[in-house]
Amino acid sequence: MLTKRIIPCLDIKNGRTVKGVNFVNLRDAGDPVELAKIYANEGADELVFLDISATEERRKTLQKLVLDVASQVDIPFTVGGGISSTEDVDRLLQAGVDKVSINSAAVKRPELINELASKFGNQCIVVAIDAKQIEGEWIVHLVGGKVPTKLNLFDWAKEVAQRGAGEILFTSMDNDGTKDGFANEALAKLSEIVNIPIIASGGAGNMKHFKDTFIDGKADAALAASVFHFKEIGIPELKANLKSNGINVRI
Amino acid sequence: MKVVIINYGAGNIQSIKFALKRLGVEAILSNNVDEIRNADKVIFPGVGEASSAMKKLRESKLDVVIPTLTQPVLGICLGMQLMCNASEEGNTKGLGIFDTEVVRFSDNVKVPQIGWNTIQNLESPLFKGIRENEYMYLVHSFYAKKSSEMIAESEYDIQYASALQKDNFYGVQFHPEKSSKAGSLILQNFLNL
Repeated sequence: MLTKRIIPCLDIKNGRTVKGVNFVNLRDAGDPVELAKIYANEGADELVFLDISATEERRKTLQKLVLDVASQVDIPFTVGGGISSTEDVDRLLQAGVDKVSINSAAVKRPELINELASKFGNQCIVVAIDAKQIEGEWIVHLVGGKVPTKLNLFDWAKEVAQRGAGEILFTSMDNDGTKDGFANEALAKLSEIVNIPIIASGGAGNMKHFKDTFIDGKADAALAASVFHFKEIGIPELKANLKSNGINVRI
Repeated sequence: MKVVIINYGAGNIQSIKFALKRLGVEAILSNNVDEIRNADKVIFPGVGEASSAMKKLRESKLDVVIPTLTQPVLGICLGMQLMCNASEEGNTKGLGIFDTEVVRFSDNVKVPQIGWNTIQNLESPLFKGIRENEYMYLVHSFYAKKSSEMIAESEYDIQYASALQKDNFYGVQFHPEKSSKAGSLILQNFLNL
Protein backbone atom coordinates (compact mmCIF):
# COMPACT_ATOMS: atom_id res chain seq x y z
CA MET A 1 0.00 0.00 0.00
CA LEU A 2 1.25 3.46 -0.92
CA THR A 3 2.36 5.43 2.14
CA LYS A 4 1.85 9.08 3.08
CA ARG A 5 5.04 11.10 2.68
CA ILE A 6 6.85 13.42 5.09
CA ILE A 7 8.95 16.06 3.32
CA PRO A 8 11.35 18.50 5.01
CA CYS A 9 11.91 21.68 3.00
CA LEU A 10 15.26 23.49 2.96
CA ASP A 11 15.55 27.12 1.87
CA ILE A 12 18.75 27.65 -0.07
CA LYS A 13 20.56 30.90 -0.75
CA ASN A 14 23.83 30.88 -2.70
CA GLY A 15 24.25 27.18 -2.04
CA ARG A 16 23.70 27.41 1.75
CA THR A 17 20.64 26.73 3.89
CA VAL A 18 19.06 29.82 5.41
CA LYS A 19 16.11 30.72 7.63
CA GLY A 20 17.50 29.10 10.70
CA VAL A 21 18.47 25.55 11.28
CA ASN A 22 19.15 24.37 14.80
CA PHE A 23 20.90 21.05 14.78
CA VAL A 24 23.32 20.07 17.45
CA ASN A 25 26.26 17.85 16.62
CA LEU A 26 26.32 19.20 13.11
CA ARG A 27 29.67 20.31 11.74
CA ASP A 28 28.14 22.90 9.53
CA ALA A 29 24.48 23.78 9.99
CA GLY A 30 24.45 25.77 6.77
CA ASP A 31 25.51 22.87 4.57
CA PRO A 32 22.42 21.57 2.75
CA VAL A 33 24.08 18.26 1.91
CA GLU A 34 24.83 17.50 5.58
CA LEU A 35 21.24 18.31 6.51
CA ALA A 36 19.85 16.29 3.64
CA LYS A 37 21.82 13.26 4.78
CA ILE A 38 20.54 13.61 8.34
CA TYR A 39 16.92 13.88 7.21
CA ALA A 40 17.32 10.91 4.86
CA ASN A 41 18.74 8.80 7.70
CA GLU A 42 15.93 9.87 10.01
CA GLY A 43 13.34 8.56 7.57
CA ALA A 44 12.29 11.58 5.52
CA ASP A 45 10.54 10.29 2.40
CA GLU A 46 11.66 13.07 0.08
CA LEU A 47 13.38 16.44 0.30
CA VAL A 48 12.56 19.80 -1.25
CA PHE A 49 15.19 22.47 -1.84
CA LEU A 50 13.79 25.92 -2.46
CA ASP A 51 16.39 28.20 -4.02
CA ILE A 52 15.79 31.80 -3.01
CA SER A 53 19.05 33.31 -4.26
CA ALA A 54 18.90 35.95 -6.94
CA THR A 55 22.50 36.34 -8.01
CA GLU A 56 24.06 35.80 -11.39
CA GLU A 57 25.99 32.89 -9.97
CA ARG A 58 22.74 31.18 -9.07
CA ARG A 59 22.68 28.66 -11.90
CA LYS A 60 26.18 27.33 -11.29
CA THR A 61 25.75 27.21 -7.52
CA LEU A 62 22.46 25.37 -7.79
CA GLN A 63 23.92 22.94 -10.30
CA LYS A 64 26.74 22.10 -7.91
CA LEU A 65 24.33 21.68 -5.01
CA VAL A 66 22.18 19.26 -7.02
CA LEU A 67 25.24 17.21 -7.97
CA ASP A 68 26.40 17.09 -4.35
CA VAL A 69 22.98 16.05 -3.04
CA ALA A 70 22.44 13.47 -5.78
CA SER A 71 25.83 11.92 -5.12
CA GLN A 72 25.36 11.60 -1.36
CA VAL A 73 21.64 11.22 -0.67
CA ASP A 74 19.67 8.08 -1.51
CA ILE A 75 16.10 9.40 -1.40
CA PRO A 76 14.30 11.51 -4.02
CA PHE A 77 14.55 15.27 -4.02
CA THR A 78 12.88 18.23 -5.69
CA VAL A 79 14.36 21.62 -6.52
CA GLY A 80 12.27 24.76 -6.90
CA GLY A 81 12.81 28.50 -7.21
CA GLY A 82 13.34 30.55 -10.32
CA ILE A 83 12.92 27.70 -12.80
CA SER A 84 11.40 29.10 -15.99
CA SER A 85 12.51 27.13 -19.07
CA THR A 86 13.02 23.63 -20.45
CA GLU A 87 16.76 24.36 -20.47
CA ASP A 88 16.69 25.05 -16.71
CA VAL A 89 14.89 21.75 -16.09
CA ASP A 90 17.13 19.79 -18.45
CA ARG A 91 20.27 20.98 -16.65
CA LEU A 92 18.87 20.13 -13.22
CA LEU A 93 17.67 16.67 -14.29
CA GLN A 94 21.06 15.93 -15.84
CA ALA A 95 22.71 16.88 -12.56
CA GLY A 96 20.54 14.30 -10.77
CA VAL A 97 17.45 16.05 -9.43
CA ASP A 98 14.31 13.85 -9.42
CA LYS A 99 11.63 16.50 -9.71
CA VAL A 100 11.44 20.23 -10.30
CA SER A 101 8.92 22.60 -8.82
CA ILE A 102 7.67 25.54 -10.87
CA ASN A 103 5.50 28.37 -9.61
CA SER A 104 5.54 31.93 -11.03
CA ALA A 105 6.81 30.82 -14.44
CA ALA A 106 3.76 28.57 -14.81
CA VAL A 107 1.37 31.39 -13.94
CA LYS A 108 3.09 33.73 -16.38
CA ARG A 109 3.16 31.17 -19.18
CA PRO A 110 0.96 28.11 -18.49
CA GLU A 111 2.13 26.35 -21.70
CA LEU A 112 5.43 25.78 -19.90
CA ILE A 113 3.72 22.96 -17.96
CA ASN A 114 2.73 21.20 -21.20
CA GLU A 115 6.21 21.64 -22.64
CA LEU A 116 7.95 20.25 -19.55
CA ALA A 117 5.50 17.36 -19.16
CA SER A 118 5.88 16.23 -22.75
CA LYS A 119 9.66 16.57 -22.74
CA PHE A 120 10.46 15.10 -19.33
CA GLY A 121 7.30 13.23 -18.32
CA ASN A 122 4.68 14.55 -15.89
CA GLN A 123 6.16 12.54 -13.00
CA CYS A 124 8.95 15.06 -12.53
CA ILE A 125 6.88 18.25 -12.78
CA VAL A 126 5.58 19.65 -9.51
CA VAL A 127 3.51 22.81 -9.76
CA ALA A 128 3.73 24.86 -6.57
CA ILE A 129 0.75 27.07 -5.79
CA ASP A 130 0.77 29.73 -3.06
CA ALA A 131 -2.67 31.04 -2.20
CA LYS A 132 -4.56 32.96 0.45
CA GLN A 133 -8.16 33.85 1.07
CA ILE A 134 -9.40 37.27 0.00
CA GLU A 135 -13.01 37.93 0.95
CA GLY A 136 -13.61 34.21 1.25
CA GLU A 137 -12.07 33.27 -2.09
CA TRP A 138 -8.76 31.41 -2.41
CA ILE A 139 -6.57 33.57 -4.67
CA VAL A 140 -3.24 32.45 -6.14
CA HIS A 141 -0.32 34.70 -5.15
CA LEU A 142 3.19 35.08 -6.54
CA VAL A 143 6.58 36.10 -5.15
CA GLY A 144 6.22 34.16 -1.92
CA GLY A 145 2.67 35.35 -1.41
CA LYS A 146 3.32 39.05 -1.93
CA VAL A 147 1.67 39.62 -5.29
CA PRO A 148 -1.95 38.60 -5.88
CA THR A 149 -3.06 37.26 -9.26
CA LYS A 150 -6.58 37.02 -10.65
CA LEU A 151 -6.48 33.22 -10.48
CA ASN A 152 -8.76 31.17 -8.25
CA LEU A 153 -6.86 28.35 -6.52
CA PHE A 154 -9.21 25.57 -7.61
CA ASP A 155 -9.52 26.72 -11.22
CA TRP A 156 -5.74 27.01 -11.47
CA ALA A 157 -5.23 23.57 -9.88
CA LYS A 158 -7.56 22.00 -12.46
CA GLU A 159 -5.71 23.74 -15.25
CA VAL A 160 -2.22 22.68 -14.12
CA ALA A 161 -3.39 19.07 -13.76
CA GLN A 162 -4.89 19.14 -17.26
CA ARG A 163 -1.69 20.60 -18.64
CA GLY A 164 0.34 17.71 -17.26
CA ALA A 165 1.55 18.53 -13.74
CA GLY A 166 2.48 15.35 -11.88
CA GLU A 167 1.85 16.80 -8.44
CA ILE A 168 0.61 19.99 -6.78
CA LEU A 169 2.44 21.54 -3.85
CA PHE A 170 -0.13 23.79 -2.21
CA THR A 171 1.02 26.35 0.36
CA SER A 172 -1.64 28.26 2.24
CA MET A 173 -0.25 31.73 2.96
CA ASP A 174 -2.95 32.09 5.61
CA ASN A 175 -1.55 29.12 7.51
CA ASP A 176 2.16 29.44 6.74
CA GLY A 177 4.14 30.36 9.84
CA THR A 178 1.12 30.18 12.17
CA LYS A 179 1.85 26.66 13.48
CA ASP A 180 -1.93 26.28 13.72
CA GLY A 181 -2.23 23.42 11.26
CA PHE A 182 -2.61 22.96 7.51
CA ALA A 183 -5.45 24.39 5.37
CA ASN A 184 -7.30 21.09 5.37
CA GLU A 185 -10.59 22.22 3.92
CA ALA A 186 -8.95 23.66 0.81
CA LEU A 187 -6.60 20.66 0.59
CA ALA A 188 -9.48 18.17 0.69
CA LYS A 189 -11.25 20.10 -2.04
CA LEU A 190 -8.11 19.99 -4.19
CA SER A 191 -7.95 16.20 -3.81
CA GLU A 192 -11.58 15.96 -4.91
CA ILE A 193 -11.23 18.06 -8.05
CA VAL A 194 -7.89 16.82 -9.43
CA ASN A 195 -6.59 13.26 -9.70
CA ILE A 196 -2.89 13.87 -9.02
CA PRO A 197 -1.07 13.78 -5.67
CA ILE A 198 -1.33 16.86 -3.43
CA ILE A 199 1.46 17.97 -1.09
CA ALA A 200 0.24 20.03 1.88
CA SER A 201 2.40 22.94 3.00
CA GLY A 202 2.09 25.76 5.51
CA GLY A 203 1.00 25.63 9.13
CA ALA A 204 2.66 22.57 10.66
CA GLY A 205 3.11 23.07 14.41
CA ASN A 206 2.62 19.70 16.06
CA MET A 207 2.23 16.02 15.22
CA LYS A 208 -1.56 16.15 15.26
CA HIS A 209 -1.46 18.67 12.43
CA PHE A 210 0.16 16.06 10.21
CA LYS A 211 -2.43 13.45 11.16
CA ASP A 212 -5.22 15.94 10.44
CA THR A 213 -3.89 16.90 7.02
CA PHE A 214 -3.63 13.25 5.98
CA ILE A 215 -7.14 12.44 7.21
CA ASP A 216 -9.22 15.64 6.98
CA GLY A 217 -7.08 17.27 4.28
CA LYS A 218 -6.75 14.02 2.24
CA ALA A 219 -3.16 15.08 1.51
CA ASP A 220 -0.76 12.60 -0.07
CA ALA A 221 2.30 14.22 1.46
CA ALA A 222 3.04 16.92 4.02
CA LEU A 223 5.87 19.42 3.79
CA ALA A 224 7.32 21.46 6.63
CA ALA A 225 10.46 23.42 7.43
CA SER A 226 10.96 25.02 10.82
CA VAL A 227 9.38 22.30 12.99
CA PHE A 228 11.98 19.92 11.61
CA HIS A 229 14.91 22.36 11.49
CA PHE A 230 14.42 23.42 15.10
CA LYS A 231 13.89 19.86 16.29
CA GLU A 232 10.41 20.64 17.56
CA ILE A 233 9.28 17.49 15.82
CA GLY A 234 11.60 14.57 15.09
CA ILE A 235 10.80 12.58 11.97
CA PRO A 236 11.06 9.14 13.66
CA GLU A 237 8.68 10.24 16.45
CA LEU A 238 6.31 11.82 13.95
CA LYS A 239 6.13 8.67 11.87
CA ALA A 240 5.62 6.44 14.91
CA ASN A 241 2.85 8.77 16.05
CA LEU A 242 1.16 8.70 12.64
CA LYS A 243 1.41 4.93 12.47
CA SER A 244 -0.21 4.55 15.90
CA ASN A 245 -3.02 6.74 14.58
CA GLY A 246 -3.62 4.32 11.73
CA ILE A 247 -1.88 6.31 9.02
CA ASN A 248 0.23 4.29 6.63
CA VAL A 249 3.80 5.62 6.69
CA ARG A 250 7.19 4.15 5.84
CA ILE A 251 9.07 3.17 8.99
CA MET B 1 33.83 -5.20 -12.78
CA LYS B 2 32.61 -3.30 -15.82
CA VAL B 3 29.11 -1.90 -15.45
CA VAL B 4 27.50 -0.04 -18.34
CA ILE B 5 24.44 2.17 -17.96
CA ILE B 6 22.75 2.40 -21.34
CA ASN B 7 22.67 6.08 -22.25
CA TYR B 8 20.02 6.66 -24.91
CA GLY B 9 18.94 10.11 -23.83
CA ALA B 10 16.09 9.04 -21.59
CA GLY B 11 16.02 9.71 -17.94
CA ASN B 12 17.81 10.40 -14.75
CA ILE B 13 21.00 8.46 -15.34
CA GLN B 14 23.12 10.46 -12.93
CA SER B 15 21.29 9.08 -9.86
CA ILE B 16 22.01 5.50 -10.88
CA LYS B 17 25.64 6.32 -11.51
CA PHE B 18 25.91 7.94 -8.08
CA ALA B 19 24.15 5.02 -6.37
CA LEU B 20 26.64 2.58 -7.90
CA LYS B 21 29.50 4.85 -6.93
CA ARG B 22 28.33 4.65 -3.30
CA LEU B 23 28.78 0.88 -3.73
CA GLY B 24 32.30 1.42 -5.01
CA VAL B 25 31.54 0.86 -8.70
CA GLU B 26 32.39 3.42 -11.35
CA ALA B 27 29.79 2.76 -14.05
CA ILE B 28 30.21 3.81 -17.68
CA LEU B 29 27.47 5.66 -19.55
CA SER B 30 27.34 4.43 -23.10
CA ASN B 31 25.22 3.74 -26.16
CA ASN B 32 28.10 1.99 -27.92
CA VAL B 33 27.10 -1.53 -28.91
CA ASP B 34 30.53 -3.11 -28.37
CA GLU B 35 30.93 -1.47 -25.00
CA ILE B 36 27.50 -2.70 -23.91
CA ARG B 37 28.15 -6.24 -25.19
CA ASN B 38 31.48 -6.42 -23.33
CA ALA B 39 30.13 -5.23 -19.98
CA ASP B 40 29.83 -7.58 -16.99
CA LYS B 41 26.53 -5.97 -16.00
CA VAL B 42 24.17 -3.74 -17.96
CA ILE B 43 21.66 -1.29 -16.52
CA PHE B 44 18.80 -0.13 -18.73
CA PRO B 45 17.25 2.99 -17.17
CA GLY B 46 14.45 5.19 -18.39
CA VAL B 47 12.16 7.96 -17.29
CA GLY B 48 9.63 9.72 -19.45
CA GLU B 49 7.32 8.64 -22.23
CA ALA B 50 7.40 5.13 -23.73
CA SER B 51 7.01 5.77 -27.47
CA SER B 52 9.67 8.51 -27.62
CA ALA B 53 12.07 6.39 -25.53
CA MET B 54 11.50 3.43 -27.87
CA LYS B 55 12.15 5.69 -30.85
CA LYS B 56 15.51 6.69 -29.36
CA LEU B 57 16.39 3.01 -28.82
CA ARG B 58 15.60 2.21 -32.45
CA GLU B 59 17.68 5.13 -33.71
CA SER B 60 20.76 3.68 -32.03
CA LYS B 61 19.80 0.07 -32.95
CA LEU B 62 19.71 -0.78 -29.26
CA ASP B 63 16.24 -2.32 -29.69
CA VAL B 64 17.97 -5.17 -31.55
CA VAL B 65 21.00 -5.38 -29.25
CA ILE B 66 19.35 -5.46 -25.81
CA PRO B 67 17.30 -8.67 -26.24
CA THR B 68 20.45 -10.53 -27.37
CA LEU B 69 22.57 -9.64 -24.33
CA THR B 70 23.76 -12.59 -22.27
CA GLN B 71 25.11 -10.92 -19.10
CA PRO B 72 22.79 -9.79 -16.26
CA VAL B 73 20.66 -6.84 -17.42
CA LEU B 74 18.59 -4.68 -15.05
CA GLY B 75 15.79 -2.52 -16.45
CA ILE B 76 14.60 0.24 -14.14
CA CYS B 77 11.18 1.96 -14.28
CA LEU B 78 10.46 2.78 -17.95
CA GLY B 79 13.43 0.53 -18.80
CA MET B 80 11.53 -2.43 -17.33
CA GLN B 81 8.33 -1.40 -19.10
CA LEU B 82 10.09 -1.25 -22.47
CA MET B 83 11.34 -4.83 -21.91
CA CYS B 84 7.70 -6.03 -21.96
CA ASN B 85 5.68 -6.95 -25.09
CA ALA B 86 3.86 -3.65 -25.41
CA SER B 87 2.81 -0.52 -23.58
CA GLU B 88 -0.49 1.30 -23.73
CA GLU B 89 1.50 4.53 -23.42
CA GLY B 90 1.82 5.95 -26.93
CA ASN B 91 0.67 2.53 -28.21
CA THR B 92 4.26 1.29 -28.09
CA LYS B 93 5.64 -2.08 -29.13
CA GLY B 94 8.25 -3.17 -26.59
CA LEU B 95 11.35 -5.36 -26.73
CA GLY B 96 9.31 -8.49 -25.97
CA ILE B 97 11.67 -9.89 -23.34
CA PHE B 98 8.99 -10.14 -20.65
CA ASP B 99 5.75 -11.74 -21.77
CA THR B 100 3.36 -9.16 -20.32
CA GLU B 101 1.68 -5.87 -21.17
CA VAL B 102 2.00 -2.40 -19.67
CA VAL B 103 -1.25 -0.51 -19.04
CA ARG B 104 -2.36 2.67 -17.26
CA PHE B 105 -3.70 2.82 -13.71
CA SER B 106 -7.43 3.53 -13.61
CA ASP B 107 -8.81 6.82 -12.34
CA ASN B 108 -9.91 5.08 -9.13
CA VAL B 109 -6.54 6.17 -7.79
CA LYS B 110 -4.37 9.25 -8.19
CA VAL B 111 -2.14 8.99 -11.25
CA PRO B 112 0.87 9.02 -11.25
CA GLN B 113 1.54 6.85 -8.22
CA ILE B 114 4.25 8.80 -6.41
CA GLY B 115 5.95 7.67 -3.24
CA TRP B 116 6.96 4.65 -1.19
CA ASN B 117 5.01 1.42 -1.61
CA THR B 118 5.72 -2.12 -0.42
CA ILE B 119 6.91 -5.09 -2.49
CA GLN B 120 5.65 -8.63 -1.82
CA ASN B 121 6.18 -12.28 -2.82
CA LEU B 122 9.86 -11.73 -3.45
CA GLU B 123 11.31 -14.54 -5.53
CA SER B 124 14.75 -13.83 -6.90
CA PRO B 125 18.42 -13.61 -5.89
CA LEU B 126 17.90 -9.90 -6.62
CA PHE B 127 16.02 -9.70 -3.30
CA LYS B 128 18.50 -11.58 -1.13
CA GLY B 129 18.37 -10.05 2.37
CA ILE B 130 15.31 -7.92 1.49
CA ARG B 131 12.34 -8.45 3.82
CA GLU B 132 8.82 -9.02 2.56
CA ASN B 133 6.89 -5.73 2.42
CA GLU B 134 10.03 -3.62 2.18
CA TYR B 135 9.38 -0.05 1.00
CA MET B 136 10.54 1.09 -2.42
CA TYR B 137 10.21 4.48 -4.13
CA LEU B 138 7.97 4.50 -7.20
CA VAL B 139 6.88 7.14 -9.69
CA HIS B 140 4.74 5.87 -12.54
CA SER B 141 1.40 6.09 -14.33
CA PHE B 142 1.62 2.76 -16.17
CA TYR B 143 2.23 -0.71 -14.73
CA ALA B 144 3.15 -4.21 -15.92
CA LYS B 145 0.38 -6.79 -15.55
CA LYS B 146 1.07 -9.81 -13.37
CA SER B 147 2.72 -12.70 -15.21
CA SER B 148 4.56 -15.96 -14.61
CA GLU B 149 7.85 -14.02 -14.79
CA MET B 150 6.88 -11.83 -11.84
CA ILE B 151 9.42 -11.81 -8.97
CA ALA B 152 7.77 -9.08 -6.85
CA GLU B 153 4.32 -7.56 -6.74
CA SER B 154 2.79 -4.40 -5.33
CA GLU B 155 -0.70 -3.04 -4.81
CA TYR B 156 -2.01 0.26 -6.14
CA ASP B 157 -5.49 0.23 -7.61
CA ILE B 158 -4.83 -3.47 -8.38
CA GLN B 159 -2.03 -6.00 -7.80
CA TYR B 160 0.68 -5.54 -10.41
CA ALA B 161 4.20 -6.77 -11.20
CA SER B 162 6.73 -4.47 -9.54
CA ALA B 163 9.61 -6.72 -10.66
CA LEU B 164 10.10 -9.29 -13.43
CA GLN B 165 12.81 -11.77 -14.34
CA LYS B 166 13.48 -13.96 -17.33
CA ASP B 167 16.82 -15.74 -17.56
CA ASN B 168 19.53 -13.04 -17.34
CA PHE B 169 17.00 -10.18 -17.67
CA TYR B 170 15.71 -8.40 -14.58
CA GLY B 171 13.28 -5.50 -14.41
CA VAL B 172 12.12 -3.36 -11.49
CA GLN B 173 9.36 -0.76 -11.58
CA PHE B 174 10.68 0.98 -8.47
CA HIS B 175 13.84 3.07 -8.25
CA PRO B 176 16.46 1.14 -6.24
CA GLU B 177 18.83 4.11 -6.66
CA LYS B 178 16.37 6.28 -4.71
CA SER B 179 15.10 3.71 -2.21
CA SER B 180 17.47 4.25 0.69
CA LYS B 181 19.41 1.32 2.15
CA ALA B 182 17.12 -1.43 0.89
CA GLY B 183 17.37 -0.08 -2.65
CA SER B 184 21.11 0.00 -2.38
CA LEU B 185 21.13 -3.66 -1.28
CA ILE B 186 19.12 -4.61 -4.38
CA LEU B 187 21.70 -2.89 -6.57
CA GLN B 188 24.46 -4.71 -4.67
CA ASN B 189 22.63 -8.02 -5.22
CA PHE B 190 22.47 -7.25 -8.93
CA LEU B 191 26.22 -6.56 -9.00
CA ASN B 192 26.76 -9.88 -7.20
CA LEU B 193 24.83 -11.94 -9.78
